[in-house]
Amino acid sequence: MYGWTGKILIIDVAKKSVEVDTPDIDFYQRHVGGKGFGGKYLRNCAHLPWDHPDMMISIFTGPLTGTISPTSGRAHIVSKSPLTGLVGDSSVGGKLGTRLKRAGWDGLVIKGQSQTPLGIEIKDHHIEFVDAAGVWGLDTHALHRRLHPKNGSLASIGPAGENGVRFASIVVDQHFTAGRSGLGLVLGQKKIKYILVNGTGSCRVKNPERLKQARQDILRLTAASPALMGQFGFTNLGTGAVYDLMDNRRMMPTDNFQRTWFEPASKLNAAAYAREFSPKKHGCLGCHIQCKRLGQKLSQKMAGKNDQGVSMPEFETMSHFTALIGCTDTDLVVTANEKCNRFGMDTISFASTLACRREIKGQDYTRESLLALLDDTALGRNQGKDLALGAAGYAKKMGAPEKAMAVKGMELPAYDPRGAYGMALGYALSTRGGCHLRAYPISHEIFRKPVATDRFSFSGKARIIKIAEDMNAVVDSLTACKFTFFAAGLEEYAAAYEAVTGIETSAHDLMKKGERITYNERIINALNQFDARDDDLPQRFFTENGTSGNAVSVPPIDRDAFLEARKKYYEIRGLTVDGLPRAEKAEELGLLWKTL
Amino acid sequence: MEDLVNKYERKLIKAGLGDPHGPSRPLVGGLDATLVWNRKAAETKVLEKVFQGLDINSLVFLRPKKPYDNLLGFLAETALDSNGLIRPKDCETRTFLHDLPVIESFRADPIIQALKKRKCVVIAPEKHPGVYAGPTVIAQGTVSPEQGFVTVSSVCFAGFVKFFTDFLADLQTGTARALAHEVFDAVLPFLTPLQKPAPRFMASPFGDEEAVYSAVIEAGRKTVEYELVDSYFGNVSYLWNNTLYISQTGSSLDELAGCIDPVPMDHSTSAGITASSELSAHMETILRTKSRAILHGHPKFCVILSMDCDPVERAACAFKDQCHILCPKKRFAGKTPIVPGEVGTGPTGLCHTLPQALSRSDSAIVYGHGLFTLGKENFSQAFHTMLEVENYCRNTYLEKIEQLRTP
Repeated sequence: MYGWTGKILIIDVAKKSVEVDTPDIDFYQRHVGGKGFGGKYLRNCAHLPWDHPDMMISIFTGPLTGTISPTSGRAHIVSKSPLTGLVGDSSVGGKLGTRLKRAGWDGLVIKGQSQTPLGIEIKDHHIEFVDAAGVWGLDTHALHRRLHPKNGSLASIGPAGENGVRFASIVVDQHFTAGRSGLGLVLGQKKIKYILVNGTGSCRVKNPERLKQARQDILRLTAASPALMGQFGFTNLGTGAVYDLMDNRRMMPTDNFQRTWFEPASKLNAAAYAREFSPKKHGCLGCHIQCKRLGQKLSQKMAGKNDQGVSMPEFETMSHFTALIGCTDTDLVVTANEKCNRFGMDTISFASTLACRREIKGQDYTRESLLALLDDTALGRNQGKDLALGAAGYAKKMGAPEKAMAVKGMELPAYDPRGAYGMALGYALSTRGGCHLRAYPISHEIFRKPVATDRFSFSGKARIIKIAEDMNAVVDSLTACKFTFFAAGLEEYAAAYEAVTGIETSAHDLMKKGERITYNERIINALNQFDARDDDLPQRFFTENGTSGNAVSVPPIDRDAFLEARKKYYEIRGLTVDGLPRAEKAEELGLLWKTL
Repeated sequence: MEDLVNKYERKLIKAGLGDPHGPSRPLVGGLDATLVWNRKAAETKVLEKVFQGLDINSLVFLRPKKPYDNLLGFLAETALDSNGLIRPKDCETRTFLHDLPVIESFRADPIIQALKKRKCVVIAPEKHPGVYAGPTVIAQGTVSPEQGFVTVSSVCFAGFVKFFTDFLADLQTGTARALAHEVFDAVLPFLTPLQKPAPRFMASPFGDEEAVYSAVIEAGRKTVEYELVDSYFGNVSYLWNNTLYISQTGSSLDELAGCIDPVPMDHSTSAGITASSELSAHMETILRTKSRAILHGHPKFCVILSMDCDPVERAACAFKDQCHILCPKKRFAGKTPIVPGEVGTGPTGLCHTLPQALSRSDSAIVYGHGLFTLGKENFSQAFHTMLEVENYCRNTYLEKIEQLRTP
């Protein structure tokens, strides 16, 4: 077998036991890897609550991981989300995917619940359970210093995952975060503090010459992409490069999405961070884009503090920790971002929950009050216990559920849906809640790739969203980076897949697998009582104007047009009018069907 | 969708690739929940099966008009005699399309199989024409019919450039086939005649930002009108008030209103993230030359002549398969330098070669790609130079052919 190791590690942390699953080639071809594998294993325990001892959490690589295929070294983590109750998954970079594959594993599935804190250490085929009581309570950076993984990859939780924060993340190699769905809390519930992986093997490739050709085609396309490799693109400014664009397009969520334009934004952009923090490039193993930034305040550098620096905030964090909560202090944004990373806490969810609290209480934040609430949330103290529920949980508890800017319990990221109707539809229909990455319509609505679409129209968007969801499901199963798909496509990645695995395929064959993976998630969510009532946006977006200006008008979204587009999506996706999966469609896709 | 399928029919006709009536009238389909066509046609029966077999939202079907039908027909038949692929070497195809699969007949299954792997398929002319006669280009989209329009437009451009480039190279090596001579003679009357005198442009200096936007829009539109670029390609920029106003990536040069990014030269914003992929080359050129206006088009004979190389020298060259990025020779079309370089900012990107060339000349051709010209104060000079260089390349090419064909 090429492209996969043929071995999946099954770990039971209650019994401290290990088994090896060796699926046949049909399994691999059907489910591809990453998200596809995770969904397949999750389906078997889909009916269980997220904190049930038998609930699994998986980390999977993809067929291209560990090869020269560009940006393909990611890992995909899947479980049930403590934040939403839906499928909970996250793609994460760093070295984790590559090290796991090189250790000889396509991935690992963890079941059970340990009585005491635990570390799992994997070195090639040697698996060890380590008592982690002594490091329980450490933040992710302190743990990294303590374990000193060198060439290995360290995935760990911080105090947020230990203290019940519903949006706790898993932090990989200090600077890479598996965020959004609260997967850090799933590990915390199982008492797993960390997973340390080191692999020294190599990954077999069927046709290295063809892979080299596919790589060149992909690199040529990314070089031609202004968003990725341009002077003002991700490679030079990080994802913060998007900040000015959202300001200019009048779609920067401001004051908990009450407005769409933040007046001081031009002073808080990527250029401002570049001046103040002199950031350097950093990124995932095997990636040529290197979109991450590590920086250090110039005053500290001048004072001789010359360490590698802290993670600079990503675009979403830059936006939500400024415009969404009314803050204009870049140093506070960097500090809050760094603390969230150390505590293992999702920045989008936390900032959005703060914005929700600010609107309900009518109180602005000072530097001190914001950081105190951050500490309290991660450490399970005082008001932080309520904030740890996420915006939807918090707003419900405060008696103002309409103030939570969330879909299916997941807080919305930093693209106001009134400024991009494909994004509005994508948010509402996403199988993990208010997520921009499932359909990623920002690609054509803002970045003009593969071509530009009218961002203020639902025309054609239902099918565009369906196709994009299927494509991105495959991308997460190949465990490639979605950013690359601003430039390259499945056409080029199918060539890489063929070269690595020796299995003939095409872009459209891969899309079909993506459709199956997405539909499986719809089935899992339906088994947990989610339906069309949940495929919706907060009322605000249908009744309140955004902030018009700069020759851009931002009215509320026409609800009838939204519902019509959603209806079309259901039809195209093969769902009922209530957004539920159909037995015949599941059968057509070869999916397991049980009574819903 | 109705507005889009009709729009891209009109654009294909305006671009001189299709006709408003007859067999070369474009057929454009768009699918959301239901499928809509720009017109009724017998071919939709087969194409609807293609929609059913693929996860797409649009298709463009075009039997291109002359001279593209002869050229693509010849290339398609030649491809069918070998590996079934047309492999143009121009920059656009190399970067975005890779190669062009060719099939023999207008049937749903082979079309689906080809489109599963590539953005388009070329159908060779049928040996025994019935209802349908080729050649035809079919291109798909997953977001908008615009993708199919762009691809069809690229295929016609690539086919044109490949035929004339190959014909010259084959004449130089004495390997030109009789059929190629026939095709050349057949298409010669359909080539665009020598370009007319340059039009008048808005006078500079420009008083305000609105005037700058208008000037950039005008330059883009006229470059398309004079057939110096297919509408989707090329880019335009103008420096005003220490800000570069540049066309956005993937914008159509004849529709630039609302598609121009103001990019401060001091890097104080990242608004250039949606600007043309040649932004870096434009900014560096502006800094080096103190010019204000840059025009970039893909005049066909500039592109063709840029790939002309002495066959003996080429055979001995260590970089003969990497001319587009590593050509070691100082080459010129008249006084205009020809430089290697790929689209964008990669290690072999044209941003590393073009600004240097433009610091010594007010025009430069990028190998297999297109022509960049400068205007000190406005677009008039840049446009005039573009016209002049293309006319020179056209004449030079035809003279070379004539000499080589003379017994």
